[in-house]
Amino acid sequence: MKRIATCFVALGLTASAAMAEVAPGSIQFEEGAVAQSLTGTAGNPAEGRTIMTTKSVGNCVSCHAATDYADVPFPGEVGPLLDGAGSRWTEAELRGLVVNPKMTFDGTVMPAFYKVDGFTRPGDAFTGKAAPADLPPLLSAQQVEDVVAYLMTLKDE
Amino acid sequence: MNIKNTLTTKLCTAAVLTAFAVAAPAFADEDAELVINGEIEIVTKTTAPAHLDGHLTEIMSGWRFRSDDTQAMEMDDFDNPGMLGAEEGLSQFETVMGTEGKACVDCHNGVESLASVRPTYPKWNDAKEAVYSIQMQINDCLTERMGAEAEKYDSKKMLNFEAILASVARGTPMNVAIDGPAQSTWEQGKEMYYTRFGQLDLSCANCHEQNYGNMIRADHLSQGQTNGFPVYRIKDNKLTGAQGRFKGCIRDTRAETFAPGSPEFLALELYVASRGNGLSVEGPSVRN
Ligand code: HEC
Ligand code: HEC
Repeated sequence: MKRIATCFVALGLTASAAMAEVAPGSIQFEEGAVAQSLTGTAGNPAEGRTIMTTKSVGNCVSCHAATDYADVPFPGEVGPLLDGAGSRWTEAELRGLVVNPKMTFDGTVMPAFYKVDGFTRPGDAFTGKAAPADLPPLLSAQQVEDVVAYLMTLKDE
Repeated sequence: MNIKNTLTTKLCTAAVLTAFAVAAPAFADEDAELVINGEIEIVTKTTAPAHLDGHLTEIMSGWRFRSDDTQAMEMDDFDNPGMLGAEEGLSQFETVMGTEGKACVDCHNGVESLASVRPTYPKWNDAKEAVYSIQMQINDCLTERMGAEAEKYDSKKMLNFEAILASVARGTPMNVAIDGPAQSTWEQGKEMYYTRFGQLDLSCANCHEQNYGNMIRADHLSQGQTNGFPVYRIKDNKLTGAQGRFKGCIRDTRAETFAPGSPEFLALELYVASRGNGLSVEGPSVRN
């Protein structure tokens, strides 16, 4: 009896965590912005900085430089300098930009980081092979929140 | 070695770097001119062909976007590791292969007699009623005239053949035909060039037309021209063919890529070659 009860509790927890996460297909955009947190858990800016500057994760640094991560070698210059992004944009706008920047900048070269369909010949990461049926987004819901939290710290002086 | 002297005077005008100075690698001097062995003048920048109206006004070889050191390696055949492949290609050209007891030289009066090949391929083949790449043509010679086995696409041997055919054509302008019977293939290649592939949703044009000259992480984006192929890539220590490069670029968009030798890449090779019409054949070139 006791064992069954614990079981229910555990199930309940996973179920509610999963429900709180907004799936890539259910994002509500409003003029490019996404008001609702994807997870309900506040983002961790330090984690966001790591995601943005790590090649195997967000790799935002391949296109963007920012003074705050000037210690990271070889920032790209395809995208604008991110200094002041947290002052220029609201949190909802930044979330929208990371989830799918094409909703803000029509035809931009910046990839959508929380999107799983609508691609031409999607691949399985960098293997050159076809994508699995359940292609994961480039960043997880919580990683998006972490990146947004970090972008919010990039304020104008 | 007057080549070395000219080089030194041209080095290091790259002090223009501002915010990225600390991180960026030694930048190419985008105004340097390429003269190979002090005698072969290479056009690495010229007016874009008419079909690029509205897209590019000027076309530039990938050589212009490489670091001073990499640029220098291509200025002297003794420093260009790709020339080893060309030398091997030359000995292949003179070697009897297959059941007919023939070498390429038995039909072709010296490899120099094929100097018009590299600038004009991919090209329509009347007899076969198809667009042909250099490698397809070589395979026809091997199998139909020499009684030899076909070579695999982009094999070392094939790239050596391409290297010698390029080296005898160095300095001649790229001039592939895009009209007539090749036109529909060309159109197909053009459509591919502007298609955004993969989960990163990027087209060739996104990187090589919209962003050439910009750094994408540690890479200085060029116009992705093919006049330098085959290319000796320092990081791979070997020659790469144009279609091998396309495969890597599409894979890097997190896409299901295409195979070298596929009809898709043949069309793309024709189209990309036509974007370089006017640039000199430069291969085997050196890239990082
Ligand atoms: C392939 C290049 C590329 C990558 C990778 C990329 N971006 Fe961008 N980004 C751009 C471009 C280009 C723009 C400018 C929008 C436009 O006009 O197209 C932009 C715009 C932005 C902006 C708004 C710019 C401003 O300051 O006003 C933010 C914020 C941003 N990106 C964040 C990110 C984050 C976070 C990541 C990684 C998770 C990322 N980008 C990855 C190319 C890129
Ligand atoms: C995400 C960016 C990106 C995309 C998309 C891309 N490339 Fe590239 N490409 C590069 C980089 C980086 C290099 C190496 C530096 C350079 O020469 O630009 C390169 C190099 C090349 C070269 C070698 C140029 C030389 O002179 O050595 C060719 C040719 C080329 N690309 C063609 C293509 C074609 C065709 C496509 C589309 C099918 C394509 N690329 C898509 C990033 C890209």
